[in-house]
Amino acid sequence: MTKSEQKLATSTPLSPKKHAILVGASSGIGAALAHRLADEGYQIALLARREEMLSTLTDEINSKHGEKRAIYYVHDVTNYDSVPELLPKIITDLGGLDTFIFNAGVAHMVGLKKYDFEKDRQTVEVNLLGALAWLNPVAERFQELKSGQIVGVSSVAGERGRVGNPAYNTSKAALSTYLEALRNRLDKLGVNVLTVKPGFVQTDMVKDAKKLFWVISPEQAAKDIYKAMQKGKQEIYTPARWRLVMFVVRNIPSFVFRKLTF
Amino acid sequence: MKKLNLTQLGNFSKSLTATVYHAQPRFTEEIVEIFDFARENGLKIAPRGAGRSYNDAALKGGGIVLDLSLLKCIQAWDSEKGILRAQPGLTLETLWQFILSDGWWPPVVSGTMKTTLGGCLGMNIHGKNNFKMGTIGEHILEFDAILPNGKEVTCSPKKNKDLFYSMISGMGMLGIFTSVTMQMKRVYSGLLHVKEWNVPNLESQIGALLRGAPENDYIVGWLDGVANGASLGRGQMHAANYLTKDEDADPDNTTRVAFQTLPDKFFGVVPKSKLHYLMGLGLNNLGVWGVNMAKYIVGHDKSYQQPHAAFHFLLDYVPDWEKSYGKYGLIQYQSFLPKETALDAWREILTLSQKRKLPTYLGVTKRHRPDNFLISHALDGFSLALDFKITKNNRAKLSEMVQDFDKIVLEAGGRFYFAKNSETLVETARAFLGAETVEKFRKLKKRCDPENLLYSDLYERVFAENV
Repeated sequence: MTKSEQKLATSTPLSPKKHAILVGASSGIGAALAHRLADEGYQIALLARREEMLSTLTDEINSKHGEKRAIYYVHDVTNYDSVPELLPKIITDLGGLDTFIFNAGVAHMVGLKKYDFEKDRQTVEVNLLGALAWLNPVAERFQELKSGQIVGVSSVAGERGRVGNPAYNTSKAALSTYLEALRNRLDKLGVNVLTVKPGFVQTDMVKDAKKLFWVISPEQAAKDIYKAMQKGKQEIYTPARWRLVMFVVRNIPSFVFRKLTF
Repeated sequence: MKKLNLTQLGNFSKSLTATVYHAQPRFTEEIVEIFDFARENGLKIAPRGAGRSYNDAALKGGGIVLDLSLLKCIQAWDSEKGILRAQPGLTLETLWQFILSDGWWPPVVSGTMKTTLGGCLGMNIHGKNNFKMGTIGEHILEFDAILPNGKEVTCSPKKNKDLFYSMISGMGMLGIFTSVTMQMKRVYSGLLHVKEWNVPNLESQIGALLRGAPENDYIVGWLDGVANGASLGRGQMHAANYLTKDEDADPDNTTRVAFQTLPDKFFGVVPKSKLHYLMGLGLNNLGVWGVNMAKYIVGHDKSYQQPHAAFHFLLDYVPDWEKSYGKYGLIQYQSFLPKETALDAWREILTLSQKRKLPTYLGVTKRHRPDNFLISHALDGFSLALDFKITKNNRAKLSEMVQDFDKIVLEAGGRFYFAKNSETLVETARAFLGAETVEKFRKLKKRCDPENLLYSDLYERVFAENV
């Protein structure tokens, strides 16, 4: 599963290393965040389904820094049963774990008046159950350690149920709630849980979507996320102006919201 | 075997933490179970005694730390011959407290008494009497060990000689000590004669060590790392000697543990447990300059008697002293240099640290002689240990500087100590140990631990197999 033949450098007092696992790393926000974390000196394990993209990304990162900072594992988050074995293996390969980022997500477009259980199931299986399969054992370890940082990439789409993509909204709403619950369990132990709510980011996920606005690059999103990680924030919107927008959207009464077309 | 939990463990100088599975055997049989567990789960192991090294010697990030501190039984004590047999987790603290009232003292001790026998052997520690008594390994009569290959061995200078001279000094990478038999040193008093005098510069400091060593049982120098120009390397020497038979009128009193115990309050006012806060205030460039200046000016020739514990265990005098260095901790850079090249090399090192505005806050010098152990730091010369405070922003500068120091030391034919320096590179280790020694050690490693189960972060850093 792993393609890491060469070893990562060990930490020394003058060159301490932080260790992160990034699930959903091959493209978009994940790939940008992988670059960002490596730039900041992290050693990262990159996980995704698409080996070719992962391998290219890993090579890019390692050659950019002239040393091994990234290793990768081919993994499908719906392969829930593999997690209990894979997680300790990665912790051992990395030499520790300080930060865990769940960024895997799919958004199947079903059409405004269409209903497609197969697509909806996939959405929930990846976005929600995949997250639970990883975050449960990670939370358990951080709870033991009384330290660590969990980053969950949710979405502004989880804040209201909308006509366009009910299952996607549901999966992200559930993920945000789950992350909030984890935060309430772990924050008092010194574990930081950050919920990331991106607006529109120029990734594969939105390549067919129309009527987008305030579209930011994955690199900009990664920059915002890293800044929030450093500050130990609980929740961020990227770009930040979505916070205000979503405050309004969250508070639109249901009888009005029903009449809206977005 | 109990479930192993993930935990964060650090080092002595609070400069490093690692996420590890913590295994703490209570019986020697459990060591084999831990080997099996590591084998089955693809994990590496770092043995750990008291975790008192300044670097990554007792850490394995993402692996198992085999904490031997609960295996600490004294198995036999012959008070006539001064021979003690104990498990590896026994601390020097318990050891000296156990034997002193019978008129014995450990022949070699570290600057802290919190270290364990296993750790002391693994690193082959030395004391302020290295020039006379050698390393701790020279006083080990025999030890038992469990090897990762499943064998149990007994080693002495005659039996399994190759393992004796490599497991002692072998950083815990060949096997786990399970029982250690050691010869203690006869003492006729709980006191030492101590002399103290100032030296105005590096040349006189080195001269004092050279001339003072043959005349004394112990000698150590404090070096003011901030003084420059003609005063570069000035400091204060401390030499100590055992009392001879009948010199102490009441040895039964002075060899009591209570007589040796360090005072609870500093200057009779500040509780010792809070002293590190006070020290923290002075541990900056200006504070250290002031303290060093005062220490030097106030210091003058004097002699007095002092209990063994007070003379030896300076680091334990202030509990948690390492915390005074702040949240990023400190590194210690120790170099061992031949007596012919020490002066020039250290002049260069001290000048460089001052020029780069990264002065050392504490310098300690000692006199050494070579030993027969495989991974040896000692030579016929001197050592200088320098403490540097790590701050939020000085890591890169410090890192560059210690690599420059390494070049100076290597060029001057010097050596390094794996319990102290934290940034030694694999090439540097190979350069001072010599390719032959490295190969010899690797061969032994292959024999004792063919699967590389014992693999601390230190070993990976300085002995990486793929280099």
